[in-house]
Amino acid sequence: MSSAISTSSPGRLRLRLRSALRVAFFAAVVRPFLLVAIGLAVRHRERLPKAGPLIIAANHNSHLDTLALMALFPLRQLQHVHAVAAADYFLTNRFLKWFAVDLLAIIPVERTGGKGGRDPLADALEALDRGDVLIIFPEGSRGEPETRQAFKRGIGHIARRRPDVPVLPVFLRGFGRVLPKGDHLPVPFFCDVVIGEPMTGAGEGFMQRLEAAVDALARETPSPDWV
Amino acid sequence: MNAVLAEIAAFFASRGLPLPLVAVVGVILAGLVFASVFVRLRRPGSDEKAAAKHAELKARIRSWWVMVAILVAALVLGRTAMIVLLAFVSYLALKEYLTIIPTRRTDRVVLLVAYLAVPIQYYWVGSAWYGMFVIFIPVYMFLILPAALVLRGETAGFLKAAGTLHWGLMIAVFAISHAAYLLAVPTPGSPEGTGAGLLVFLIIVTEFNDVAQFLSGRKFGRRKITPKVSPNKTVEGFVGGLVATTLLAALLAPVLTPIAPLPGAAIGALLAVAGFFGDIVMSAVKRDLGIKDTGTMLPGHGGILDRIDSLVFTAPLFFHVVRYFYF
Repeated sequence: MSSAISTSSPGRLRLRLRSALRVAFFAAVVRPFLLVAIGLAVRHRERLPKAGPLIIAANHNSHLDTLALMALFPLRQLQHVHAVAAADYFLTNRFLKWFAVDLLAIIPVERTGGKGGRDPLADALEALDRGDVLIIFPEGSRGEPETRQAFKRGIGHIARRRPDVPVLPVFLRGFGRVLPKGDHLPVPFFCDVVIGEPMTGAGEGFMQRLEAAVDALARETPSPDWV
Repeated sequence: MNAVLAEIAAFFASRGLPLPLVAVVGVILAGLVFASVFVRLRRPGSDEKAAAKHAELKARIRSWWVMVAILVAALVLGRTAMIVLLAFVSYLALKEYLTIIPTRRTDRVVLLVAYLAVPIQYYWVGSAWYGMFVIFIPVYMFLILPAALVLRGETAGFLKAAGTLHWGLMIAVFAISHAAYLLAVPTPGSPEGTGAGLLVFLIIVTEFNDVAQFLSGRKFGRRKITPKVSPNKTVEGFVGGLVATTLLAALLAPVLTPIAPLPGAAIGALLAVAGFFGDIVMSAVKRDLGIKDTGTMLPGHGGILDRIDSLVFTAPLFFHVVRYFYF
């Protein structure tokens, strides 16, 4: 065969392997965990589009949020689903970097703005242009479990620059109870994923509309006090 | 034809299931087939409300199919499978309970201790260690939970946390494990399948009573029996269920269990009253928490606690009546 193929194939092979590992991880670990330890109840699953491009905007309480949202998609679609995450958190530690970037295929974003004049949102926009699904947590960080913080503007920039891409508001209930920030031992609880109606970044007041949509979804599931 | 029947009987006998038990399960499956066909043939009303009701009924029957299929599979697989299944039911019920009640963040580790009580309690069931089975949760967990809670050091809401946690273990684990212990209660000399017969009898009578009270309440219901707790419950529904369940128990007891028709009727009446209280107690809990269903696990029924609420009351009572009078 030609030399061009032999030089490019290790990279492609590695990507293939990562992809296979991701599918195996979700099939053997994440899905059984969500089924037995959590017992996920997905409301309005029919509102989830079958194919990208798509932006999922969800509240953020736990590391499990990303896994639960990715698990909404069929295994063969996993390679086209990416969570957008803070580079300064996930790229600091070698194991965390391998787990986030190689295994989960997150798209790291510099929170402090791009280095060397590079557009910090370039990778995220490129993924949307490929027709992929982006998972964004507009609260930025996980914060106090089971309470919503104000949304940050990053998602607004992405949605405004790709006004045709649907934004799906999603509300997650319970994951902050299962595995809150700062804890390492998950405690089983039932959790809810409430999927909203798709909206777009076109027009005024996108951020307010998005916050209102997520809050409206929150009212669909009862919440016990958690102190 | 007879040869085939004999072979089927031999198969179930080899699994420790006597023929009358197999026949009763067959009748239930036939009843489910009838219900499915009946619902499919009946046209839903034209308005939206009737259509929603029809869809809910369909979902409820589908959930019944799943529950019956899992129970029958465990029955055929044998005693260990049934104990593991009921342990899993207890785990799900406890998880549902902990999800709907308020819990404190400091108690996360203590909740894991509470979960740990599920496999331990069912280990006593599996090894037929009656002494431990009957005191582990009421005594040892009653002491262990507050001891673990106090080590966490948070006193605000302490009494509420200790009380609600132990109550959850009592209903979701201790009470339900009595159904599983029925498999171990018959003395060594009893005919094979006695334990399985008792368990199937308990489940059929309890669930039949739920349905009978519901249907007779809808047909004849007038006077509310507990207007504040559960406005849908009526005197007529309760009495109708009681009569029907007493008759069914008298009929079924000699077929499935060593219980004669007359005491069977008395036990049926007891289970009907107990089931009624289990039902309204869970209703009171839900009303207190401000929720309609305990979960969404079983489409058409609600959560798992909504389904097993009457079993929480009937299982321990039936167990002790049977153990005291028959073994």
